[in-house]
Amino acid sequence: MSRDARVTLLWAALLGGTVALLLASGGAGRLVVFPEEWVLPLTPILNDAMNWTVNTFGAGFRAFSTALDVPMSAVRDLLHWLPWSVTLTLVTFAAFAVSGLGLAVFSFFAILYMVVIGYWYESMNSLALVAISVPLAVGIGFGLGALAFFSERADRALRPLMDLLQTVPAFAYLLPILLLFGFGPVVGLIASILFAFPPTVRNTVLGLARVPDEVIEAGLMSGATGTQLFWRVRVPSAMRQILLGVNQTTMAAFSMVIIASIIGGTADIGWEVLSTMRKAQFGESVLAGIVIALMAMVMDRITHAAADREPRAPDANEPPWWRYRMWIAAVALGLGVALLARVFPALHEYPEAWEIYPAHYLNSAIEWLIVEYAAAINTIKTIAFFFVMLPVKMGLVKTISPFSWGFAFTETMQLGYAVAALALAGIVAATGRRQLAVVIGFIAVMLFYGLTSLPWSGLLAMATLLAWQLGGRKLALGTVLGLGFLLLAGVWPQAMLSVYLCGIAVILSFVIGAAIGVLAAEYDGVSKLVRPINDTLQTMPLFVILIPFVMVFKIGEFTALLAVMAYAVVPAIRYSEHGLRNVPAQAIEAAEAMGCTRLQMLWRVKLPLALPVMMLGLNQTIMYAIAMLVIAALVGTNGLGQQVYIGLGDGDFGIGIIAGIGMAIIAMIADRMTQAWTLRRQRELGLDTD
Amino acid sequence: MTEKSREVKLSCRNLWKVYAADAAPYFKDEVSESGVAELAARMREDGAIPAAADVSFDVHVGEIFVIMGLSGSGKSTVVRCLSRLVEPTRGEVLLDGEDLLKKSRKELINIRRHKLGMVFQNFGLMPHLSVWENIAFPLTLQGVARGKRDEQVRRVIELVGLEGRETSFPRELSGGQQQRVGIARSLAIEPQLWFLDEPFSALDPLIRRQMQDEFLRIQGALKKSIVFITHDFLEALRIADRMMIMRDGMVVQVGAPAELIVNPADDYVAEFTEDVPMVRVLKARDVIDPEAAPSPEMPNTEAEASVETLLPLLAGHKNGIAVTENGATRGVVTAASVIAALAHQDKTRGPDGAAPEAAAQ
Repeated sequence: MSRDARVTLLWAALLGGTVALLLASGGAGRLVVFPEEWVLPLTPILNDAMNWTVNTFGAGFRAFSTALDVPMSAVRDLLHWLPWSVTLTLVTFAAFAVSGLGLAVFSFFAILYMVVIGYWYESMNSLALVAISVPLAVGIGFGLGALAFFSERADRALRPLMDLLQTVPAFAYLLPILLLFGFGPVVGLIASILFAFPPTVRNTVLGLARVPDEVIEAGLMSGATGTQLFWRVRVPSAMRQILLGVNQTTMAAFSMVIIASIIGGTADIGWEVLSTMRKAQFGESVLAGIVIALMAMVMDRITHAAADREPRAPDANEPPWWRYRMWIAAVALGLGVALLARVFPALHEYPEAWEIYPAHYLNSAIEWLIVEYAAAINTIKTIAFFFVMLPVKMGLVKTISPFSWGFAFTETMQLGYAVAALALAGIVAATGRRQLAVVIGFIAVMLFYGLTSLPWSGLLAMATLLAWQLGGRKLALGTVLGLGFLLLAGVWPQAMLSVYLCGIAVILSFVIGAAIGVLAAEYDGVSKLVRPINDTLQTMPLFVILIPFVMVFKIGEFTALLAVMAYAVVPAIRYSEHGLRNVPAQAIEAAEAMGCTRLQMLWRVKLPLALPVMMLGLNQTIMYAIAMLVIAALVGTNGLGQQVYIGLGDGDFGIGIIAGIGMAIIAMIADRMTQAWTLRRQRELGLDTD
Repeated sequence: MTEKSREVKLSCRNLWKVYAADAAPYFKDEVSESGVAELAARMREDGAIPAAADVSFDVHVGEIFVIMGLSGSGKSTVVRCLSRLVEPTRGEVLLDGEDLLKKSRKELINIRRHKLGMVFQNFGLMPHLSVWENIAFPLTLQGVARGKRDEQVRRVIELVGLEGRETSFPRELSGGQQQRVGIARSLAIEPQLWFLDEPFSALDPLIRRQMQDEFLRIQGALKKSIVFITHDFLEALRIADRMMIMRDGMVVQVGAPAELIVNPADDYVAEFTEDVPMVRVLKARDVIDPEAAPSPEMPNTEAEASVETLLPLLAGHKNGIAVTENGATRGVVTAASVIAALAHQDKTRGPDGAAPEAAAQ
């Protein structure tokens, strides 16, 4: 028997065993529900460790946070002291200098919006945090990146640490920081530095490693000393990549600053969104949310344009100060506007009477919309709930009832379901598509019993087998250890709730995203339409994406699902389009020469060849979904995300951090599995990793 | 030969570069000249890579010395060992009689700053600097005063013909122009020893030819001592005073181009010479007819003239052409002697690389 066939049999045995176990135990028993007495008391241990740390080193941490408070307050005071008109002018001018008129106009109106809507003070509070955290994160990131570039040991130590910092949900690190450094905006600052420095490290290492050997050799032959070689050859040659890292760091820092406002006391724009959303004042939260979105877009476009800028050849015979003309102009403009602001106080402090605050109208409009379409909204919600979400979560066995589906799930029907599923899997297996048969079998079992009712032992075994199939022994071992932690820490049920919601979101987002991606790859018009929407969704701090869904569908799992999907669909679209558009031209020409129709081309040539890239998109979709899941917990989910909040709310470090690590484990396992699969496919097809 | 009397600028003695965890054990015993191939084979068996194996050669003052070999033959490793961009495992590199391998880091930087220049295959230009700044780069690193620096840069820019492109950036230039920048940069410090690592290999054939001419013109004016790396035998023939052929890290043959063609050391060298147009390589002195005697009515030619240029003359003078060297008559070239020489070449080469002796029968 071939290896393939044996693995298929093993899958069949596992699925059969799972069903048998459930039938025999009636849904209980040690192998189905992880016994309470096996759970390790991790939470109290972690809490004790944290208490000890706080008691022992607390003073030091607090002194550090006080020290950090000084530059931060200075920047905040400066931003409040500057007349709004000066800030507006300077940002607009910066946009003009790095990019051109288009971005300048956009920036001008974006900043003007903040002023006119009356969120200037809050916006400047957020900006102050970003303004301090970005230089620090970039400094740390650049230093560590250079270290990792020169020392392989440092590199090996840093990589897993950065993986962890970026996969542990942002909320999970607020709590330890809160406990160590005390309340206040400094928590947001430190959290955002920790969250934001890895991209700079990664891009610094990448940039330095990509400097061509010959450029280094040319530097050496020019007689560069070690220091000269680093600062005058390596770093400037790598600068573009490093600046891309700065762009990513800026965006990460900003999104963390917004998230950190959940702990309150900062009076920034994130808090404005959160508090109004909690009070169901959606008009207000939309207005404040737009401020965040605009700030994110302006920051992203400006830093991105700065990274993308090519050095321009100076004209011959220009005076030396001409090189600094942009800086000189900026200073002159700033001073000029500042003087104007002295004369016209309205330019200094925007008069409250001129503010436009249409929250009231917005609220009425939203209310009207919801009342008008209440029936439709409810139908959507109910259908999704009874026919998609509940079956996956609890199984058809518990979902189908006269109340939900209009009929009872009789034993005859259950038997019929089993026979049909078996027959389908059997037929598919008989045609040689064993993997598909396994997938069908798994879905049939899962839909019948529900993901959360499946025995932990069966799921653990199946996940390990899958990991072994995809990535070999090492991945299998990692999976066992990771899932073992979830079990022993006692968060398995919550983890399954997270997996269930995340799983539905990923599958739906990927299907929808891939479909849009195919259209975008085939029709340039669709591509042009989709791109700015994707850009916006991707730069938006996660928080803001929640607002429209909560407005319409109120709090609940369905709302969370939609919010997760809205965010997770972006990489699915992007990678599908990218993969399809970059199929090797020879393959397409060859197929065309053989007389492929457009549909044949898509199904038989482009899609199979683009599949590895699309799988990378799936990988990203999963990562995005997990990141959003924690944020979506704000509007009502029951998984690990919710645990993180409970920890944060009660100041219970142990619960929060275990749930946070649990999410990171799920993310990492999913990441490694999809990557292993992609890599294998790519090697089989002989395609380059791009 | 006249070169023998010339002063040696650079001498490479028994140079080894072995990529291995620890190469020292291989050199416990003295390596005899005949044992080199055997030792290299033993290293390969152990999974070590002898990129350069016992390489020795001299570069004379003002000479163009070409190292020729296919990719992986170790020629780039050798040229990098000469400047210690790659640290050699063993051997000596004598520049003006002083061993570079014994110099400290600081001394080495000083030597690179003042005595060595290098041109790279893919140009190795700093992407963030303009043409002018790229060329000024080595001088900037030394801290040369601005006035002197600008003067020097201006001079080499004129030398390579880049006037008017000073403020461009490398990405805005064609390959040929980028390599002109590379050449100008390497010359800005007025090096005594000039390394060129496949400088024209990344260029289109037409541009390559043009750049070779340009290179010969510059060298005609500057008379540097040059180590030139190439994998193109015809390029080597065009520019070399002497050349060295390498294979698997070892030296196969060293000599003037004509010597290599007339007396290839083995089949490997002979294979390179196969497609060479002999009339261009053979000089008048290589085809002298030992039986013909000079007579006053014959036209004269220099011994260095290529046979190709003699052909029209020969067509007009059935008795032959007198060959002179340093004013003295060396002998006579006749149509018969040229044909005999060309025929002989084809015989020694043999059809499809068959043994020359067998073909001569």
